[in-house]
Amino acid sequence: MMWNPRIETMPLDQIKEMQRVQLKKLVNNLYSFNKFYHDRMRAANVSPLDINTLEDIQKLPFMYKQDLRDNYPDKMFTVDKSEIVRYHMSSGTSGKPTCVAYTRNDLDYWTEALARSLTAAGLTADDTLQVAYGYGLFTGGLGLHYGAEKIGATVLPAGTGNTQRQLEMMQDLGCTAIACTPSYLTHLITTAKQMGIDWKRDMNLKKCILGAEPWSETMRAKFEAETGAKCIDIYGTSEQAGPMFCECEAQHGPHICPDIMYVEILDPETGEVLEPGNKGELVCTMLKKEAMPMIRYKMKDITTLHEEPCECGRTSPRIERITGRSDDMLIIRGINVFPSQIEYTLMRIPQVGDQYMINVSREGDLDQMIIQVEIKPEAFSDKLEEMQMLRAFIETELKKYLNIAVTVELKAPGELPRFDGKAKRVIDTRVF
Amino acid sequence: MNANIITQLSIFVNNAPGSLAKTAKVLEECGINMKACNLAESTEFGILRAIVDNPDEAIAKLQAKNIIVKKTDIIGVRIADVPGALFGASQALGVAGINIEYGYAFTGKNVQGLFMRVDSPEKAIDALTKAGLELVKAAEI
Repeated sequence: MMWNPRIETMPLDQIKEMQRVQLKKLVNNLYSFNKFYHDRMRAANVSPLDINTLEDIQKLPFMYKQDLRDNYPDKMFTVDKSEIVRYHMSSGTSGKPTCVAYTRNDLDYWTEALARSLTAAGLTADDTLQVAYGYGLFTGGLGLHYGAEKIGATVLPAGTGNTQRQLEMMQDLGCTAIACTPSYLTHLITTAKQMGIDWKRDMNLKKCILGAEPWSETMRAKFEAETGAKCIDIYGTSEQAGPMFCECEAQHGPHICPDIMYVEILDPETGEVLEPGNKGELVCTMLKKEAMPMIRYKMKDITTLHEEPCECGRTSPRIERITGRSDDMLIIRGINVFPSQIEYTLMRIPQVGDQYMINVSREGDLDQMIIQVEIKPEAFSDKLEEMQMLRAFIETELKKYLNIAVTVELKAPGELPRFDGKAKRVIDTRVF
Repeated sequence: MNANIITQLSIFVNNAPGSLAKTAKVLEECGINMKACNLAESTEFGILRAIVDNPDEAIAKLQAKNIIVKKTDIIGVRIADVPGALFGASQALGVAGINIEYGYAFTGKNVQGLFMRVDSPEKAIDALTKAGLELVKAAEI
């Protein structure tokens, strides 16, 4: 089944021509009517007249997450306030949030992308999708919600948390699909066992739509064995709109909607654009966005682009499962954590010295983060209780700031490694 | 300074194999002799509490070797080698409303007793003396 067969099976040369025309139109509009983009293109010494072929996109400057922070909240919006129909926000790093805006058309294209994606994943009007992503400022819940409604599926807007109830509802309503993070699915499986639920006997689940954090083929095999449901990878971030692109049932990596997004893969070292089939840094251009266009936005995700047709019959290009980051962002139990946030929090605590280490591992199926900190000599107490209070205080501060529980270990000055050149403070032993 | 107040060294030790040995090696290198000691541990670090010959000199030597060390005032009470001796001492402090943070027993050449870290050493000395108990003087250890 395809939601939009015309686009989804369009021959590659026609896709590229469609993208070329879209790009030219987009660049022309932004250059002519928007100061932010006009100034940017001028600074890069490029005008719409320079953009003729699809490859000419390489003349345009990159955009970064920092642009969203610097222009918070609305300095990058390119439409009148009256045209904006929704905001989503991310908590951001170092205390600086980011805000994304959507026009009616932006929401419609987001929903269209998900309608195609969910159909590709095998969902139809007969399915009941339990949306166990966060509803609200996070894009996951509402994104999947409208996408599933669009194809006529029944949506159970379960949101996050309340795990026992989620499992009861899943049984009572015979939910055939769930959308959640891989770590939440792990939690559901564990809780179901504790409740005495035999997943394969008591559940009717056929599909799990999993994303928002890295997961692996090993995890896929495990989830599928435990639940009997097919596990589908979904990709998308708030800068693009939200979760957007799903794998088809062949599970060969998420299919991109080429009319909505143009993908480039760069060599992270040289910045050179790589041919399809090569692993590199994902750069996205949103071809249809109105409220907040994204031109050559550096996602910082590492993946590979594939343009050859898929066995499902779709010609829409695919990206591989994200295998890492080109920056130092860590995803811990679905939450984005930058080491800079940890440093910022630690350095504001007077008892903490200059050195710290971040150890990330996976205990069972759950990510675990242990932060070792050297304390200053004057912060040392002969009373164990005071030391434990200090540790608890540091843990509370980090939790407040990172939105995630971490374990802190106190170390004596000189115990942690020193670095001559670039400090390597993160040790991540997780296998994806 | 009150002759009944004893200076204890508290040394931060990581809770990992070999950590205590590393610290003990530094003590040896600095020529520091311990009269009594006690180890307290949590999951990732421990505290070595020690009574040494010449505390101020020892602290200077250890700090020069980058060891985290802190000086703590504690008291020692003589404990007779009979049942109920601990009761006498702890009862006297309890009645006086003095809290014992931690303590450890020791047996020296001339004296045996209990070292205690209390919230108020001066008051504790008073209370113990009034209860007819004898305190350990720093010079006796």
